[in-house]
Amino acid sequence: MPADIATQFAVERLLARYVASIDEDRLEEWPNHFAETCRYQIISAENYEQGLPIGVFFADSRGMLRDRVSALRQANVYEPQRYRHLVSSTLILDEADGLVTAQSNYMVVRIMHDGATALFSTGRYLDRISLGGREPLFVEKLVVFDSRRIDTLLAMPL
Amino acid sequence: MRNTLDLAWPREGLTRVPYPLYSRADVYDEERRRIFLGPVWSFLCLEAELANPGDYRASFVGDVPVVVARDLDGSLHAFENRCAHRGALLCFKRGGHGREISCVYHNWTYDLRGNLTGVTFQRGINRKGGMPPDFDRAAHALRRLRVESLAGIVFGTFDEATPPVEAYLGPEITQRIRRVMRKPVKVLGYNSQILPNNWKIYVENNKDSYHASLLHAFFTTFRVNRLSQEGGIIVDDSGGHHVSYSKRATDKPSAEYDSADLRAKREDYRLADPSILAGTDEFGDGITLQILTVFPAFVVQQIQNSLAVRQIVPRGVGETELLWTYLGYADDDAAMLTIRQKQSNLVGPGGYISMEDGAVGGFIQRALPGAEDDASIVQMGGNGVGSQDTRATETAVRGFWQVYRRHMGI
Repeated sequence: MPADIATQFAVERLLARYVASIDEDRLEEWPNHFAETCRYQIISAENYEQGLPIGVFFADSRGMLRDRVSALRQANVYEPQRYRHLVSSTLILDEADGLVTAQSNYMVVRIMHDGATALFSTGRYLDRISLGGREPLFVEKLVVFDSRRIDTLLAMPL
Repeated sequence: MRNTLDLAWPREGLTRVPYPLYSRADVYDEERRRIFLGPVWSFLCLEAELANPGDYRASFVGDVPVVVARDLDGSLHAFENRCAHRGALLCFKRGGHGREISCVYHNWTYDLRGNLTGVTFQRGINRKGGMPPDFDRAAHALRRLRVESLAGIVFGTFDEATPPVEAYLGPEITQRIRRVMRKPVKVLGYNSQILPNNWKIYVENNKDSYHASLLHAFFTTFRVNRLSQEGGIIVDDSGGHHVSYSKRATDKPSAEYDSADLRAKREDYRLADPSILAGTDEFGDGITLQILTVFPAFVVQQIQNSLAVRQIVPRGVGETELLWTYLGYADDDAAMLTIRQKQSNLVGPGGYISMEDGAVGGFIQRALPGAEDDASIVQMGGNGVGSQDTRATETAVRGFWQVYRRHMGI
């Protein structure tokens, strides 16, 4: 397989596994797609474009991601809900020394327990992915959401 | 004021809140007229958001659109965000910068104090059309608000009779605002959260210290916040403003907590990465939580090193937009910024100790049908309004309704 196609495939497969862990309620597996030291942030496009450092969620370790899952499972109260992610238009922007920079579009539909189904979030994934290890891992994942408005609350990761 | 609403308050007084107040459209309209356009101070923006002469921003007083501006001489002004001509929004973006603001519809222009400075083709074209000769631009200035800044927070009021901000707030609330705004701030981020409930439910939620450690299990689990911690409630003399505060490491064993079957009590839960709780006592007073409300719809928050202001914007009788503005100090170093980034996970639309507030208001709103003749119970901590040295109380909620009833004449 040509190298650029192999990279595209590896990135898209990581993205597919990532969103499946969320959509299929295997949240405990979600942090496994990140390097031990990593950066994950959910932030509005408005804040991101102004260079503002605070968004909706910030983590700089896999442990913080595990804590998010623990809190959702054990501490936080929110109505039962599921997401359906659609990820598309993945572009490989750069690849050097086993580190890939990629961006993708995402769309998340939120399905509440009573059946109410609504478009919850759209935006971009701005990813830096390490291909050097046994499995590709996110070293950095910025979820830059398009709308500044969040309906009711954001519990599960995007 | 005369009661123009067909709504009788329960004979129990402030310990009961009639449910129709959260669902009736006529109440919502009357609140705009009597409260938001009346003798109250509303948050408009931060001075840090109007750093330079010529800066202006769109904001809201209740759901009334306003513009707040820093004029070329540095003074602050605010006026309705509605062209005098046909009523279009003047500033339909977040804000801008310039010597004047013009309406896109017919290009009428205003200075940064809301004076009408230009009417396009006022004298017509080729001496045809145009305004009558007696049209007086000076008579068509935008409705102005009085503006006052307290420690970098810009407040506005439509009413000439509103007392000055510090007198409105009282000394204790003023001092607690100055405590957070103790030096120049910078904005670290914004979020907007759409709450599926009436605006007053979210205001009450902020004044309700009783729920904090019961609904928000994250804090309790780590013993950051239990009602048995040292702390209390300060309610100003009017009743409309409050501060709830607590100190860390003052938790005493409590038989009530140990015997209560609390969902929030999970002693075995530990963080994999506890750096989120590794803050500093930057105020030097040991207070790790201070939630402050200003009547009618403004919140100043300090939760450890997470600082924010929350503007509550009614969006119809059953919907509210909560605008979060996260703050740091202008002289924060990189390490402090990381602390604030991590602790921002505690609050906001996805916050560990705030996400439930986005949902619980909707639980009340959705249960309103059938409650038309009923009222909620607000009796923790007694029947009165006033400061208390416990947070197992609803005194500040009663204070809100005391002031609300005075404004609404009910």
